[in-house]
Amino acid sequence: MAANVQFDLVSPERKLTSVLVEQVQIPGADGDLTAMAGHEPTILSLRPGLLTATGAGVEEQYVVTGGFAELSADTISVLAELALPRGEMSQEVVTDLLKQATKAHEEAHPDEHHMTQKFLADLVHIAEDLGFHTNL
Amino acid sequence: MPNLKDLKNRIASVKSTRKITKAMQMVSAAKLRRAQDAAEASRPYAERFNAVLGALSASVGGSDTAPRLLAGTGKDDVQLLVVMTSEKGLCGGFNTNIVRLARLRIAELKAQGKTVKIITVGKKGREQLKRDYSDLFVEHFDLSDVKKLGYVHAQNIAKGLLARFDSLEFDVATIFYSKFQNVVTQVPTAQQIIPAAYEASEDTGGALYDYEPSEEAILADLLPRGVATQIFAALLENAASEQGARMSAMDNATRNAGDMIDQLTIQYNRSRQAVITNELIEIISGAEAL
Repeated sequence: MAANVQFDLVSPERKLTSVLVEQVQIPGADGDLTAMAGHEPTILSLRPGLLTATGAGVEEQYVVTGGFAELSADTISVLAELALPRGEMSQEVVTDLLKQATKAHEEAHPDEHHMTQKFLADLVHIAEDLGFHTNL
Repeated sequence: MPNLKDLKNRIASVKSTRKITKAMQMVSAAKLRRAQDAAEASRPYAERFNAVLGALSASVGGSDTAPRLLAGTGKDDVQLLVVMTSEKGLCGGFNTNIVRLARLRIAELKAQGKTVKIITVGKKGREQLKRDYSDLFVEHFDLSDVKKLGYVHAQNIAKGLLARFDSLEFDVATIFYSKFQNVVTQVPTAQQIIPAAYEASEDTGGALYDYEPSEEAILADLLPRGVATQIFAALLENAASEQGARMSAMDNATRNAGDMIDQLTIQYNRSRQAVITNELIEIISGAEAL
């Protein structure tokens, strides 16, 4: 069995969880990454996606929209701009987020279009994965 | 001398004022608790965030490629002051103290020949600054219909700020708000947020991080968030300070009303006694004259 690692998930408004887990699957900007104990110290930025923490018999899932994660040998801290337990996601939240992202994309500077476009695409992707409809 | 009926009315009116201030005090005590809880909940995020940014800016900060948000524009000619105050009054010197600090800074900067621009958050500060500095106003954020302060509000303000910075409208941004110490003490504070000043903390222990994607990309991603995070922290501090200030102001008002009622009651009783004595004298002298 893998060694346990301290996992903290915080958003600006609250601390969502702080538990001992075996591994955490993090939606990194450059692709998903599964962090376990003894990981190289790393800082990676997040894309909108599903974060899964797996511990002794428990599995917690959170939807995060962005932010970053700080990994070290014995701690995993995820600082998410917006994080919600999967169960708290609702069509309302999804629609809200999509509206905001679409607006941001339309207002964005042309140089940043690829970034906002990617953000929007990731958001649509995660929303569809969770079974919400994404046409506004 | 006021007659008895006037005094009686006066006492009744002060009594009902006391009831109102007492109720307001209790409401702000409850709100203060909530504001403190919110500030408490935001602390872990802000602490980790600042630690990571500290480590990052220490390693990238010195280089020529450092983002402008960190290195600044190389000038400090145009100063943007973000004055954060409350939307409601009846909170003692809370707004006045913040505005006074801002005024001092404005005078100082003007004396140095700098250009000053002002963004106000909250109605009260805007009203106080309007008389002298309405020509310096560039924007106002209205939070009057906000029930519960959220990160989105800070993001909103930060977005406006960053857009202005990108279009080179200012060189340095400073936020003015009140730090909450306890119910009776709130410290008006000025804090520079752009260019950002992050201190590398010691506890990273010099651990060398891998960065994914790259160090620069993460820094460029985090710095704008850092602005929002600092504004959010300031908004929460301000909210707690406002309620604290209101609580002690209302406590004072309640006590003053009590003193006033005591005084008026003594005056009322004396007058009543005088009236009775007068009547007696009239009756007795009338009886003696017979």
